[in-house]
Amino acid sequence: MNHRPSTIEDAPAHFSGLVEELERHFGSEGILAVQPTKDEITTVWVDTNRLREALRYLKSEIPRPFPMLFDLSATDERLRRNHDGLPIGTFTVFYRLFSFDRNQSVRIKVPLRDEHLSLPSVMDLWPNADWYEREIYDMFGIRFEGHPFLRRLLMPSWWNGHPLQKDHPARGTEMGRFQLPPEKLAMAQEALQFKPEDWGLARRHHDPDFDYMFINLGPAHTGTHGVLRLVTQLAGEEIIDIVPDIGFHHRATEKIAERQTWHTFIPYTDRVDYLQGVLNEMPYCLSVERLAGITVPDRAQVIRVMMCEFYRLASHLVWYGTFAQDVGALSPVFYMFTDRERIHAITEAICGGRMHPNWFRIGGVSQDLPIGWDKLVRQFVDYFPSRLDEYERLVMDNPIFRQRTVGIGAFTLEDAMAWGATGPMLRACGLPWDLRKVRPYSGYDQFDFEVPVGSHGDCYDRAVVHVLEMRQSLRIIRQCLEHMPDGPYKSLDPLATPPPKERTMQDIETLIHHFLGVSWGPVLPPGEAEVPTESSKGQTSYYLTSDGSQVSYRTRIRTPSFAHIQMVPFMARGALLSDLLAVLGSIDFVLSDVDR
Amino acid sequence: MIDWGRTCLITVTMLGGLLTLASLLIWVERRLLGIWQERCGPNRVGPGGILQPLADMIKMFTKEDWIPPFADKVVFVLTPAIVVVTTLMTFAVVPIAPGFIVADVNVGILFFLAMSSLAAYSVIVGGWASNSKFAFLGSLRATAQLISYEVFMGLSLMGTVALAGSFSLTDIVEAQRGLWFIVPQFLGFIIFFIAGLAETHRAPFDVPEAEAELVAGYHAEYSGMKFGMFFVGEYLSITLLSAMIVILFFGGWHGPVLPPVLWFLLKTSVFIALIILIRGTWPRLRFDQFLSFSWKVLIPLALINLVVTGGIVLARNG
Repeated sequence: MNHRPSTIEDAPAHFSGLVEELERHFGSEGILAVQPTKDEITTVWVDTNRLREALRYLKSEIPRPFPMLFDLSATDERLRRNHDGLPIGTFTVFYRLFSFDRNQSVRIKVPLRDEHLSLPSVMDLWPNADWYEREIYDMFGIRFEGHPFLRRLLMPSWWNGHPLQKDHPARGTEMGRFQLPPEKLAMAQEALQFKPEDWGLARRHHDPDFDYMFINLGPAHTGTHGVLRLVTQLAGEEIIDIVPDIGFHHRATEKIAERQTWHTFIPYTDRVDYLQGVLNEMPYCLSVERLAGITVPDRAQVIRVMMCEFYRLASHLVWYGTFAQDVGALSPVFYMFTDRERIHAITEAICGGRMHPNWFRIGGVSQDLPIGWDKLVRQFVDYFPSRLDEYERLVMDNPIFRQRTVGIGAFTLEDAMAWGATGPMLRACGLPWDLRKVRPYSGYDQFDFEVPVGSHGDCYDRAVVHVLEMRQSLRIIRQCLEHMPDGPYKSLDPLATPPPKERTMQDIETLIHHFLGVSWGPVLPPGEAEVPTESSKGQTSYYLTSDGSQVSYRTRIRTPSFAHIQMVPFMARGALLSDLLAVLGSIDFVLSDVDR
Repeated sequence: MIDWGRTCLITVTMLGGLLTLASLLIWVERRLLGIWQERCGPNRVGPGGILQPLADMIKMFTKEDWIPPFADKVVFVLTPAIVVVTTLMTFAVVPIAPGFIVADVNVGILFFLAMSSLAAYSVIVGGWASNSKFAFLGSLRATAQLISYEVFMGLSLMGTVALAGSFSLTDIVEAQRGLWFIVPQFLGFIIFFIAGLAETHRAPFDVPEAEAELVAGYHAEYSGMKFGMFFVGEYLSITLLSAMIVILFFGGWHGPVLPPVLWFLLKTSVFIALIILIRGTWPRLRFDQFLSFSWKVLIPLALINLVVTGGIVLARNG
């Protein structure tokens, strides 16, 4: 284990001097406002012309800097009712930075006021700003000056309007009849024509007799695990450049969040990363509970932790098998899906659902654990370790597997931070950064487990981290099994939705809450909250903005796969085509998690 | 004098037997892999699913047999036949039991090597004629692989030839009456086995069809029975490889109690199953890794094997 005590344990959880540091550097007129939030993330409003200066200061000049651009998105503020004295304009762009030295986040917000929506690009500070800025342009129509390739990212190039603007329709029925006149058809067909220049790729080598070969991997390809398209420029089998094309799995989950109530949005979170079930519900519910100020009872917390670890195992098993398949091993995927089936038998017995459990509720979980759950769980935790041993002999110890993965797709810790890599991608570089450990939520600090790390940041180390994590998950599940506390499985807070059924039968107040919460939706107080969690693939967070209504004003879903897929060209340039598949397999991504 | 009646009988028996075996292997492989992978495999058609190849064949024949408009049509159509024809022709020199052979030529090994080299053209030309990028990359890989395994495949067999003192496969089997060549030629066996796996494009050397990255590689554009021919060719090659291993290193038809034909079939089946098991177990090598492995490790080893064997044979005779 490679712990770095000076960076992790020593830093106080909620470092407060940041605003003073910024004021000392900029003078108080540089900062427009300091916004109080429910999640204790320092949120500072700065003016457009001071933005780059502030970000550069935070990234490299401040003592103990913020090297990671964790998230970058925007909000359409035009329908906002609660201004709370903040300098809110028509749109707000927020930059969420993270410092590992401080274990602290900061949110920099920029108000946009005039008709001309534009901001300077920060791609020179953080390479991963590329896709985030394109996404904002796509979704909000905000331009970034200096961005070299500012095109739509998720929507097709011929789309009209910007979906996350408040005046863009959210339902097909609001959009008028669908029509496909010949000119629109021609335009869509034309957009399908492949021209390397449109993707920023050169056709010709400097040698006039030498042309590059272009291969479309995907959107329907066995190796891309879903609808991902990789436009690949090849010289022989060597990869010169790759341009990922995403958005085929885009379902506008963030837009849907603006019309579903806080309660009825939970099933949609399941679909964000369809392999990890409740691990999606965890960050959403934690953020909603933080907004509402609900304390979740112990038993519910432990149930949540146990189910999270089961889904982590299920997701890692899919990764394990498909990764082995990507490097050509035929059998592992069958063993691993068989075991995943055993896990889903347990989740089905407890939640009623398998891949989409819809199990967490605001303030707790849907139901208490069924009678006999402990027998099922015990059976599994006794059975599984020997299978993991077998898999290690079959896959991890195989000399060909090592040859295909050791030293392939390697990057350093600095690269990982610069590109916003989290989860196993980050830990494979040697930093034991697991939110369950460094910023415990839902009572993870009560559990005894370790954070496995790699050291080289290559495909093999990423695999090692995944495999060791599975053993730690088993360890956590065993502790849940042995120390499951008694008590209620749902909070008695009036905002907990729906309230415990037994009480609705007895108590008129609870019945009213039940009726309102289910028919209209719970009304959350205005404010903002974001509780990032460690999901199976990295850090997932739901940044919720409540305007004091029964629906979210803005839900920003930060997913790890988005950041990781953006790294693919960086990781695979100069490698061979076969290595690209090893790299993709080792990343552990799900296309629904990329596109949302 | 050639006994025409007898030769025809043997030819028809072998042809029928081999084609039945090749189609049966489709079921055997899927069923074995299924059992090893904790699932059932095909078990619906006929007892234990044994009629699955029949169902597959009906499916293949009734499917649309699509020839891509951008392909080189003549070559595209001819290619699948090459692998089947050349492999079947090789079986002419395979001695199954004493006297049970179509053509007992005195250069059997050379004939086998020549035919297996021709078979490789089906992969190269098939991918090229498809005129699609994935198929093209598949045939490029096949070509790269070819120039490495062909070299040490021949070399690895020369030790056996030196020990038997003949290129005839019947003589080689006869020479193993006392001691199977697997003992003195263990190195040769390993190298030949690797070369054979590469030749048949089986895991872990299935880079020309590498499903994960090239989808199906050289036969990506093939459909219907032309695709089926590639499959039959692959299973024939597996049978041929197993038969050659048995003849060259495991004493051919020699064995106690059971009749020679049964011994031969038994030993061959063991190696067919082994090849299937390898496919179920190992990941795929990258093609450049296979190239450097063969040129830097296997060819020197094959040469050392040949020199040492030659020295021993010389010392014993002289």
